Amino acid sequence: MPVLCSRCAERRAMLKRPKTGHSLCKECFFWAFEEEVHQTIRWGPASGGKDSTVLAHVMKLLNERYSYGLELMLLSVDEGITGYRDDSLETVKRNQQQYELPLKVVSYEELYGWTMDAIVKQVGLKNNCTFCGVFRRQALDRGAIMLKVDKICTGHNADDVAETVLMNILRGDIARLRRCTAISTASEGEGVVPRCKPLKYAYEKEIVLYAYFKRLDYFSTECIYSPNAYRGYARNFLKDLESIRPSVIIDIIHSGENLSVREGVKMPVQGTCSRCGYISSQALCKSCVLLEGLNRGLPKLGIGKHHRLHNKILAQQPFTEKEESKLKPVEF
Amino acid sequence: MAAPITIHLEFGGGAELLFSGVKKHHMTLPSQSQPWDMKQLLVWIQQNLLKERPELFVQGDSVRPGILVLINDADWELLGELDYQLQDKDNIVFISTLHGG
Repeated sequence: MPVLCSRCAERRAMLKRPKTGHSLCKECFFWAFEEEVHQTIRWGPASGGKDSTVLAHVMKLLNERYSYGLELMLLSVDEGITGYRDDSLETVKRNQQQYELPLKVVSYEELYGWTMDAIVKQVGLKNNCTFCGVFRRQALDRGAIMLKVDKICTGHNADDVAETVLMNILRGDIARLRRCTAISTASEGEGVVPRCKPLKYAYEKEIVLYAYFKRLDYFSTECIYSPNAYRGYARNFLKDLESIRPSVIIDIIHSGENLSVREGVKMPVQGTCSRCGYISSQALCKSCVLLEGLNRGLPKLGIGKHHRLHNKILAQQPFTEKEESKLKPVEF
Repeated sequence: MAAPITIHLEFGGGAELLFSGVKKHHMTLPSQSQPWDMKQLLVWIQQNLLKERPELFVQGDSVRPGILVLINDADWELLGELDYQLQDKDNIVFISTLHGG
């Protein structure tokens, strides 16, 4: 016996919602999904993956349905990963035509003079995700400034946010734990464009089914360089929990949102990078230190804590032999 | 005896990588004394189609959490999951959500 939709009680239910346990037909599911995103938006980057593809589709649709008056654009980062990003950029270009939105692509090569392929050649597969993550964050800001946009919407979904809450708890990173559940970030300073996560309460399951039922065109290949192992563990743990208790993802986000940090807990003071002016809690921002390390052939400079070397870099003083030997690439 | 049935299998969202990159498979399941159910189909897929890293597809006697299953385009959670009895010409889709955002 087919199960009937619990909302319209007319059509056949096509999925069980993990968040609520409701059984819905396609039409009622589309409506519920879109309305919840609408509720999350209080006032775009595109990787070609499922999340940004669904985000672009839903933002365009809601912008028309509710006359937000937003001027939407697609922003994509080319990390310079042969066989991965070049393929997914093709998807982004198709999305651009399907949604008739302008597209801007910024590349690591033009911004930093290094592609991820070249970085991996120097640093190997151990800390490459650190470089990629730090560079992407800044690349999106720089791209957004070039486009003169007021806000960046990212495709982070409920599963991503719950993973991040867990990871920040496991690392004891109180400052990030406090920030990571915000739907929208306030402008943190010059060179940083406020971000928002319209899909923050949307389960990955629903995003994938939305894309599948709507036949949206997305790209699903794992990055060819080693995956972010730490996030991978958090993710598998969450997926196992979700199979026993589907509400766990929204529950963890709820926990994260309601944590309050006791007064007197030391937080890093946000300042600006003395070299590029980007936000930084150190003399030099992470991106400049990573880049300095790459250019000097000392890739470990930005990995781990070498804050006391920042002043030396800024004063252009040479490192001692002992300092250098710790920062050299590991031979493979 | 239940007669042999033909089914259409599809792997997507990156799950196809475990099946030599092939997304669509037309298969005939041999006749057996009991009707085929999803639990038996998963065992059959493992023995006959899965090419590599089975732990990325199955966990225990079900699919790995994070892989969505659709039976004739409907979420299998509405249809009894492992106990669903396969019908001739059923269309079963497995979509991995574990690949790239």
